[in-house]
Amino acid sequence: MSDAVAMFQLLDVEKVYRIDRSGWLRFGLGAGQRLMALDRIRLTVGAGDSVALVGESGSGKSTLLRVLVGLTASSNGRALFRGREIDRLSSAERKQFQRDVAMIYQDARGSLNPRLRVVDLIAEPMREHRLCQPSEVQDRVIALLTRVGMPADAAERYPSQLSGGQVRRVAIARALASEPKVIVADEAVSGLDVSTQAQLLNLLRGLQREMGLTLLFITHDLAVASYLCRRIAVMYLGRIVESGPTRAVLRQPAHPYTRALLEASPRFFEPIAGTLSGEIPSPIDLPSGCRFAGRCRLAGPECLEREPELQAFGADRQVACWRPETDQAPCP
Amino acid sequence: MGVRQMSADVSAAPNAPQMLRDPAPREPLLWLHDVSLARAGRSVLDRVSFALGRGEVLGLVGESGAGKSTLALIAMGLLRPPAVALEGCMRFAEFDNLLAEPESVWAGLRGRRIGMIFQDAAAALNPCFTVAHHLATPLRRLLGLGRADARRRAITLLESVGLNDAEARLAAFPHELSGGMQQRVMIAVALACSPELLLADEPTSALDVTIQAQIMRLILQQVRARHASSIIVLHDLALASQVCDRIVVLYAGQVVEAGSSETVLRRTLHPYTHALKSCVVELETERLTPPEGGLPALGAMPAGCRFAPRCPRATDACASRPPLRELDGRAIACWHPG
Repeated sequence: MSDAVAMFQLLDVEKVYRIDRSGWLRFGLGAGQRLMALDRIRLTVGAGDSVALVGESGSGKSTLLRVLVGLTASSNGRALFRGREIDRLSSAERKQFQRDVAMIYQDARGSLNPRLRVVDLIAEPMREHRLCQPSEVQDRVIALLTRVGMPADAAERYPSQLSGGQVRRVAIARALASEPKVIVADEAVSGLDVSTQAQLLNLLRGLQREMGLTLLFITHDLAVASYLCRRIAVMYLGRIVESGPTRAVLRQPAHPYTRALLEASPRFFEPIAGTLSGEIPSPIDLPSGCRFAGRCRLAGPECLEREPELQAFGADRQVACWRPETDQAPCP
Repeated sequence: MGVRQMSADVSAAPNAPQMLRDPAPREPLLWLHDVSLARAGRSVLDRVSFALGRGEVLGLVGESGAGKSTLALIAMGLLRPPAVALEGCMRFAEFDNLLAEPESVWAGLRGRRIGMIFQDAAAALNPCFTVAHHLATPLRRLLGLGRADARRRAITLLESVGLNDAEARLAAFPHELSGGMQQRVMIAVALACSPELLLADEPTSALDVTIQAQIMRLILQQVRARHASSIIVLHDLALASQVCDRIVVLYAGQVVEAGSSETVLRRTLHPYTHALKSCVVELETERLTPPEGGLPALGAMPAGCRFAPRCPRATDACASRPPLRELDGRAIACWHPG
């Protein structure tokens, strides 16, 4: 995973929204409060890698994804795709970028035009990027539907005629239609039945491995993250607080927030843990110091004064904490 | 601070699932016998029977479309003829068959003796009314409290569900609260009249895992503190094992396995429960082996065992319907348990 071929590289990326007193977003500069949606994000995603972004609602996962796919421009820092700045792509480069990076949206049903049949939804990227002769489109759509485990006759249906799991499969097929190098998925398996979720997880894992795709996966389920992704980045209030290989991070978390997330995940026949009290605070005008200090059971005086930077922690891991848990017992 | 106090209470309260050898609880509060529901001529629930003991927390699990939410709505009296065809018997406290009672009886129970926590708190709370209005309405209308008393009770309720700064929160509208806080308000509304039976339809599936743990602890703590009973609809088996004393597994509108959490989840006998367990992703899961396909369509139910088309153990015997029988400390409907 050398830097030269990194698929994505984020160098101190920030996203700041300005809000006036009435609470409305403010465009342009001026007085008012600052909402730090992303704060000095450093992340490298190698080609063929799979990275999970985890954290509670409001931690900035979706904003980060929007910056990565070019839907939102960053306020500061540089977001690079194969060494080129995403915000400054020429229109030809942008077209190629849109083909290379496909997104599966959180609300799969909402992301599909209800007036188009499945065949047209999946054919749209092929036609847009002129990937094949018009006569081949139908066959390619059927092949993709088969690939995601849908019957060929689903091609003639409308999204409203599909179940929740089927809609997700169509969204995945549509994402694959442009023959992308990167798949970016925002909570692609949440809110589904366990059986459907398990089927989709197997599908995504198979696709990623067989097609050599780079996968960026947002989830709030650590078990899903460990099933799908080799690497993990834990976010809290707009910052990455811990990152590294998924297994290592989840077996022995260094950041108290990662540990708290782990403990909150349901486990068979263990009493419900409740170490993490309270909710994620408002990201507007944050106090100085570590932003997790208010909910952290290990917080000390230094945590309230200065903010810890994301630093190397052992080989291949980073953590932003003044008191990382080094000699803790591994999680069961 | 309310939350911290709560954690102390919960660790004191017995949280572990109770061991119940007998599939039928000794002192049932709610008892369903052969409850069937059909909508537009299609069978949604088929002869569902189970019992809920006093002080018990019972989990209804199964895939979407199994009839879990439908059962919760029936128990709340929100799904009644002539909208649907309903058969069978539901005994609740002193009522021999609530299903046969008129709306006037239900009106006296709903909200007062049977409370419900809905899945989507944002949709269940009326956006036009403040928290105070939501809480005061049941207190004044059902308990006949005066304005000042209702307000005082509302503050106590909000504090008991772990909302800080309860007095200030009374004036808030639902959209001014986070998802977790909305769910806490919903729980406070459901508990306002101290119901004997608390129904909860996937109360945490829209929330973060951290908030999910807080809310589930809260529901358990409140149910135990009030000596109430609860039916919780869930689809997360690991969560069910943490929360529920007893578990009823539904498939396509039928009970397939029911018993104590220990029995059903640790000593599983039904192939469908096995299949559900194989779908659970845990931290070190290497491979998931979910059953293929999904539930049969409502209009096209298999004549025999409804799980047979997806079942690895299915044989010719499964062409006839397996009866719900008692086996090894549980109720089970399967020709080939194991």
